Amino acid sequence: MMASESTQPSPPRTFFEEVMAKTPGGEALRLCLQCGTCGGSCPSGEDMDYSPRRIFAMVEANMKDKVLRSNTPWNCVSCYYCTERCPQEIPITDIMYTLKRMAIAEGLYEDADAPDWSQTFIGLVEQYGRSFELGLATRYHLTHRPLGKLRLGTFALDMLRRDRLALTPRPIKNMAQLKTILSKAKELEGAR
Amino acid sequence: MSEKIGVYVCHCGSNIAGKVDVEEVANWASDLPNVEVARDYKFMCSSLGQELVETDIKEKGLTRVVVAACSPHMHERTFRGACARAGLNPYLFEMANIREHVSWIHEDRDEATAKAKALVSAAVHRVAHHEPLEPMRAEINPATLVVGGGVAGIQAALEIADAGYPVYLVEREPSIGGHMAQLDKTFPTLDCSACILTPKMFDAGSHKNITLLSYSQVEEVDGYVGNFTVTIRKKARHVVEDKCTGCGICTEKCPKRVVDTVFEAGLGYRKAIYRPFPQAVPKYPVIDTENCIYFERGKCKACQMFCPTGAIDFEQEDEIVTVEVGNVILATGYDLFDPRKIPQYGYGRLANVFTSLEFERMVNAAGPTGGKIVLRDGVTEPKSIAIVHCVGSRDKNYHEYCSKVCCMYSLKFAHLVHERLPEAEVYNFYIDIRTPGKGYEEFYHRLLEEGTHFIRGRVAEVTDAARRPGEEGKLIVQAEDTLVGMQRRVPVDMVILSAGVEARRDADEVAHLFGISCSHDNWFIEKHPKLDPVATMTDGVFIAGCAQGPKDIPDSVAQGAAAAARVLGLITQGEVEIEPVRAIIDEERCSGCRICNTLCPYNAIDFIEDLGVSRVNPALCKGCGTCVAACPSGVITGAHFSNEQIMAEIEGILVSPDGRETVLVAA
Amino acid sequence: MKYAYYPGCSLERSAASYHTSTMAVAGRLGLVFQEIDDWNCCGATEYFAINLLPAYALVARNLALVPNDLTELTAPCSACYVNLKKTDKYMGKYPDLATQVNQALVAGGLHYDPGRLQVRHLLDVIVNDVGYQKVAEQVVKPLSGLRVAPYYGCLVVRPGNGFDNPEHPTSMDRLLRVLGAEVVDYPLKAQCCGGHMTQISADVAYELIRRLLHNAAEYNADLIACVRPMCQLNLDAYQSNVNRHFGTDYHTPILYFTQLMALAFGMSAKEAGLGSEIVSAHVALSKIGVEMPKQEKGKPRKRPNKQALPMPTMPDEEA
Ligand SMILES: Cc1cc2nc3c(=O)[nH]c(=O)nc-3n(C[C@H](O)[C@H](O)[C@H](O)COP(=O)(O)OP(=O)(O)OC[C@H]3O[C@@H](n4cnc5c(N)ncnc54)[C@H](O)[C@@H]3O)c2cc1C
Ligand code: SF4
Ligand code: SF4
Ligand code: SF4
Ligand code: SF4
Repeated sequence: MMASESTQPSPPRTFFEEVMAKTPGGEALRLCLQCGTCGGSCPSGEDMDYSPRRIFAMVEANMKDKVLRSNTPWNCVSCYYCTERCPQEIPITDIMYTLKRMAIAEGLYEDADAPDWSQTFIGLVEQYGRSFELGLATRYHLTHRPLGKLRLGTFALDMLRRDRLALTPRPIKNMAQLKTILSKAKELEGAR
Repeated sequence: MSEKIGVYVCHCGSNIAGKVDVEEVANWASDLPNVEVARDYKFMCSSLGQELVETDIKEKGLTRVVVAACSPHMHERTFRGACARAGLNPYLFEMANIREHVSWIHEDRDEATAKAKALVSAAVHRVAHHEPLEPMRAEINPATLVVGGGVAGIQAALEIADAGYPVYLVEREPSIGGHMAQLDKTFPTLDCSACILTPKMFDAGSHKNITLLSYSQVEEVDGYVGNFTVTIRKKARHVVEDKCTGCGICTEKCPKRVVDTVFEAGLGYRKAIYRPFPQAVPKYPVIDTENCIYFERGKCKACQMFCPTGAIDFEQEDEIVTVEVGNVILATGYDLFDPRKIPQYGYGRLANVFTSLEFERMVNAAGPTGGKIVLRDGVTEPKSIAIVHCVGSRDKNYHEYCSKVCCMYSLKFAHLVHERLPEAEVYNFYIDIRTPGKGYEEFYHRLLEEGTHFIRGRVAEVTDAARRPGEEGKLIVQAEDTLVGMQRRVPVDMVILSAGVEARRDADEVAHLFGISCSHDNWFIEKHPKLDPVATMTDGVFIAGCAQGPKDIPDSVAQGAAAAARVLGLITQGEVEIEPVRAIIDEERCSGCRICNTLCPYNAIDFIEDLGVSRVNPALCKGCGTCVAACPSGVITGAHFSNEQIMAEIEGILVSPDGRETVLVAA
Repeated sequence: MKYAYYPGCSLERSAASYHTSTMAVAGRLGLVFQEIDDWNCCGATEYFAINLLPAYALVARNLALVPNDLTELTAPCSACYVNLKKTDKYMGKYPDLATQVNQALVAGGLHYDPGRLQVRHLLDVIVNDVGYQKVAEQVVKPLSGLRVAPYYGCLVVRPGNGFDNPEHPTSMDRLLRVLGAEVVDYPLKAQCCGGHMTQISADVAYELIRRLLHNAAEYNADLIACVRPMCQLNLDAYQSNVNRHFGTDYHTPILYFTQLMALAFGMSAKEAGLGSEIVSAHVALSKIGVEMPKQEKGKPRKRPNKQALPMPTMPDEEA
């Protein structure tokens, strides 16, 4: 006679709810105290448009456009300091990943480098099952940062000289299986 | 069996009626077996509600009463009283909790109503099997045990002693005084802590009605409200109190110096034979046998050689004292949170990071630096100081609660720095400034006037890794200034960590000893958070001060006095009523297996050797039912919890209201 | 002691020296590492930014490929370790996620029950399963006189991985001490090196790298020991860029902790995988075996004068 326990969450109504729903354990975001421990701990905090704390206040305020256009998530280096120190145990780093995903999905990001880097990387993984730096770096730098080539030059040369760069990709054996798994996952992701 | 049962369903304003269809419940209940009358009413606990019950008992000849309302903790006594006034034995009453167990925890109105019906039905079935009982009475020993000689315990002891009753004050340190004795000034009025505490300590030490047992610990507690027997270990001081004049020559001559981690909070030294501070009560020193050279190597005895009255006794042994008391007040206080648990704040690694208690000792004129604010090198005056709020508090990784006193003492620290080092810059890093209290907000405003820099942002880390010019050789406090929205690195000379307060490390053991409970963060639990803040679920055991939760001196003193008032109330009553909810052994059928003897958590069952049977001491028995369930011969009955009563209750709950299937969830 | 072994993409080439030295010391310590057959990339810190479920499915494929007779999985790269561990943990914590990940795996004929594997970082396995004692027994050529700065970086200890303190880890300190090295206890040992920012926003990354190199140099470290290929790459391969960018002159070799173990175990430079580092370790390593005059300590901790106040003691301070 008691209320049935299977609580199907209602679909997110706001940007705030969407961010929480798309992050495992994301509901904790409601508990944010705006204390600033995350912003104070963040190694790349100085280079962010808005500190993580401020981003969370903006998420709460449903300022979707500003949040997804900001460089904040793209400057996150996944150091997990904020997650470790947050007094409310909010999975901050995971939320940064969610914001990156949402920014890509909505095509809203303005900082082009980081998302492109991630996508180039993933493109390789989806093609070969493994990543290989030179392919990645060249592909990325040639398409996105022609001016950065010079910098790439010394780096790649140093690495090549010490036999630390693979020139040819080495795909995994069962690429077909991986592709099936990933496409199924993408299909499920779309339905989430 | 034909009983006439009256059922009363309370709306509790909208507290219950908002989620439960109370009229429907009352209607439905009128068809239950033996129910003579069933009503619903706005507030059953009001005098009109109670009169309803009384009138029905008189006019309709009710023989049993059920009230479906809130928790029995709140109002069982109220309705038992109503029954008694109308001439019905109060134990022929039963309460169904449809507020805490139904309306406050369920969302769906239909389901809540169905559950309320099930609980009412359970109570109706049960109450039919109730038997009239008579409460028992016990005399109250007028003596009181106070455990913990901090300001709360001292206050409680003095109130009771001044009223003319004997008190045993047990303190485990060599002197009473607690944390307040360590403080310099006290917020918000900035009274000198020693000046206001010392007279009270002196009174407590010399009062004719107070037996002070310092350097002592309670080892065993037996008995029940009115009649406790308490065993106390008086640790050997190795100083004969009758001979010692408190001259202090022994301390002066003792060659062994140790870091004092208790009174000086680790910031200063004491000797192996010591008195924690000059105004200590009692004035007698103790020998710390773990550090004494004589106890370590069998040689030295300098103290003995120089003691003019021959008071040093290396052979002295612990003494066991047994006292009889009627009531107990626990005022064991708090421990400071250990900031070493937060490595990013650097305490223990970075020399010039201090705890708040260290700083209290530093600014204290009687402390290790004579009141001078200096860096760990003992000489350099800091030019800039950061005070970090909420260390270990308001943080799910450590303590979720707010420690309540640290905002205020952090402001006090800022003031003391301005006073002693007018040139120094002070930065207070906070999440929220919490200053509720008389004169407290005004104190905050005073600090704003004094030019303290308030930075809203919880400190992320304290480091000595310089990154920019100006940071070399400094401690850098890194935080987000949340009002500016920017990360800031503030280089300072000294950092003070405003550590929170936490329950005593041994709080759960002490609670267990006295049969009370602790909350999940180990504070002692009061009987009711609003209406009964110093009593506990165990009759005769009261709590006061920080042992119950974080609080400042005014609140600790108020609680000490409140606990004393409760005790004095009981003492003047002379005797107490004890619930007749007891286990009874049918001695004819007892096999004498003695299983129940050891299982009883209150040691209430004796074995009668002559008869070869067990017998329950009704004064000790709490009616918990452990023995009833355990007896292999099934010959123990719990009065008010008999098998028939329980079975009837279960039967009642299983009756399906509206033909819907009832699911029984054992809670 | 047998473990499933997930090398990760870097160890194939750019961090081959980590692989070589790991295998070399594993042999000595009686560790058997069985490489997961046909493992795939863990997605590094990138895939979670693109697609949530595919990211978990990508990682979970590796977990699912571990043969049933193995219950422990070790990874030398901290990022792989975090991804593998997090996937196992979140699948256990969020049943919906586990169901969907498994739906994806099933499409490829695989399945993974969260909790089946214990995911462990190589450092954890060496200090806790093998133990300092057994490591000490293998040391024939102690690293005496070498001042080593242990660099943990982020992901070996965060988020809360349980085998060491997330803010002030000490397991590698102790390990290096067992190898005979003089360990530099510098404050930034678990700070971030910038991760993938070297590729994205060099200014951000260079500053983070500079801080680390600066701090290690302040404490007179001869070299930095690390536990993750990305850290090694950033600190090593970008060191000259950092020097150019800031006009500094750091010259601090960056080695894997396993390379130092191999050297202390008396193995040759080749066995230890030396020679592929970009900042040469030649000068630093020439100190090994040579008793150097005692250098001034980074920060003295003793009471400087009579008036000095006592320092609080740390409970976990070990000799
Ligand atoms: C840094 C700091 C500054 C502060 N400044 C102020 C201020 O300016 N103004 C203000 O109002 N408040 C201040 N406070 C709060 C104040 O310290 C407390 O409110 C007050 O001391 C509480 O008194 P208490 O008696 O409850 O506990 P305590 O002072 O902790 O006393 C408890 C006593 O019980 C004894 N004890 C403990 N366990 C046992 C046992 N098992 N058996 C026997 N004895 C035992 C202890 O030895 C101690 O003597 C400050 C707190 C801190 C941390
Ligand atoms: S640390 Fe946690 S609680 Fe504080 S501002 Fe950041 S997310 Fe909010
Ligand atoms: S995980 Fe990301 S947001 Fe959090 S502190 Fe590190 S870089 Fe900043
Ligand atoms: S015997 Fe012990 S207490 Fe007495 S002077 Fe010597 S060291 Fe101090
Ligand atoms: S009183 Fe102030 S400093 Fe203390 S925990 Fe509460 S908010 Fe933090």
